[in-house]
Amino acid sequence: MERLNPNARRDQFGSKINRAHSPVLAYGLPWLTILLASLTPLLPIIASAPMVPPLGYLFLLAWRVLRPGLLPMWAGLPLGFFHDLYSGQPLGSGILLFSLTMIALDLIEVRFPWRGFWQDWGVAAVFSTLYLFFSAIFSGVSLNWIQLSLILPQILITIMLFPVVAQIVSLLDRVRLTRVRRIG
Amino acid sequence: MAPPSAQTSGSNKKAQLGRFAGYVFASAGALIGALLLIISLWRPEAFYGLRSMATDAASPVGEAGATGRVGSRSFFEAIAGYYDAGSRNAELQRENEIARVRLAEMRALEQENARLKALLDLAEGEITPVATGRLIGSSSTSTRRFGYLGAGQDDGVQVGMPVSSPMGLVGRILEAGNSTSRVLLLTDVESIVPVRRATDDVVAFAEGRADGSLRIRLINLGINPLEEGDIFVTSGAGGLFRPGVAVAMVSEITDDGAIGQLLSNPAATDFVIVEPIFEPEAIVAADAPFTSMQSEEE
Repeated sequence: MERLNPNARRDQFGSKINRAHSPVLAYGLPWLTILLASLTPLLPIIASAPMVPPLGYLFLLAWRVLRPGLLPMWAGLPLGFFHDLYSGQPLGSGILLFSLTMIALDLIEVRFPWRGFWQDWGVAAVFSTLYLFFSAIFSGVSLNWIQLSLILPQILITIMLFPVVAQIVSLLDRVRLTRVRRIG
Repeated sequence: MAPPSAQTSGSNKKAQLGRFAGYVFASAGALIGALLLIISLWRPEAFYGLRSMATDAASPVGEAGATGRVGSRSFFEAIAGYYDAGSRNAELQRENEIARVRLAEMRALEQENARLKALLDLAEGEITPVATGRLIGSSSTSTRRFGYLGAGQDDGVQVGMPVSSPMGLVGRILEAGNSTSRVLLLTDVESIVPVRRATDDVVAFAEGRADGSLRIRLINLGINPLEEGDIFVTSGAGGLFRPGVAVAMVSEITDDGAIGQLLSNPAATDFVIVEPIFEPEAIVAADAPFTSMQSEEE
């Protein structure tokens, strides 16, 4: 009898025999990573100026760009709420900006269905710049134009960090689809 | 990469409806967010309880991180210490000798001070700290400058209490949860501290600039008497902060005052001390509610 290719029963997500994807992992991992990334303010960094990129928002962007449709449209409400609880922003600013991001990304996707790395990065750069700008406006402090320049380094760091976050997300995406559930 | 085919609804009625519902839900979310934002900008204290609860729940993460921060810093400092150990040693010895002389002078001054106070019948008790804790995090992504402190109402922390480190003033308590509290750092743009120059009575306000420095605005305008290197300490005006706590050092002179560098960088602190409010009666007497005090000070 002809021998099967030993790799035929496996793929990059693990053994195909007796194993299946776990829905909890497949759908829960994006939520979990965004929530964990929203806990950035509890990192042991006591910054005297806004320097740390909004990781929760970056992860949301990366997941949404990599896997459209995985996060439901209303995901901005719960995720933004959690982000607001820790970010130090007034409650509601995250909910509003996250929700608007979800809508805007969907519209952009309809308009430009074929995308690549540069377009994704460009979109992420524009969105995170707008996010930081409006966060500063919504933060409840009256800033003039000169003071607004203090978020420029943060914007730059955020834009440079997006490809890294996107890489991490694509790694996690492989973890997400590993077959961990045992059948039978 | 093209989006999955499910995204393009085409003539599929169900898919079209689902897509429409998605937009409706997302818009509703945005609306709820906008409403909450307006409420929390209008009444900043509205959601304090909620946030305190959330920080209480996640504080173990921050505590572990804070321990790590202190540990790693001393680790790197220990390595760096080997590089200039010899010259550092000589320098420290010289400083120590100067400090010994200064200490003797200080003792004499203290004694004289006590004598004069006894003469005036002034009673001054030692200030006993309410609680000690670590700064477990900060709003490092936001334009606001808050710190999270690992001590809360269970330790006796109340809203308004000053927070200081051995290096100087750090900020004051803005919200107190059960086991954590939120600290308004001095560098936040809403933070205003009445200060005076350590050497004389030039009074000023130290306002946060959100970028790690303070703006020192002189109250008496005229010829700017400040010089680089001047140290500012709290003046005790307003009754919130006890006088004589170091705040900032002047690094740049401006038209109406100076830009000061914070003396107690919150990032370099290990433990911070929560002190009782200096003159609680004065705060109560200012009959406005405490949270709106700032806007009146401005």
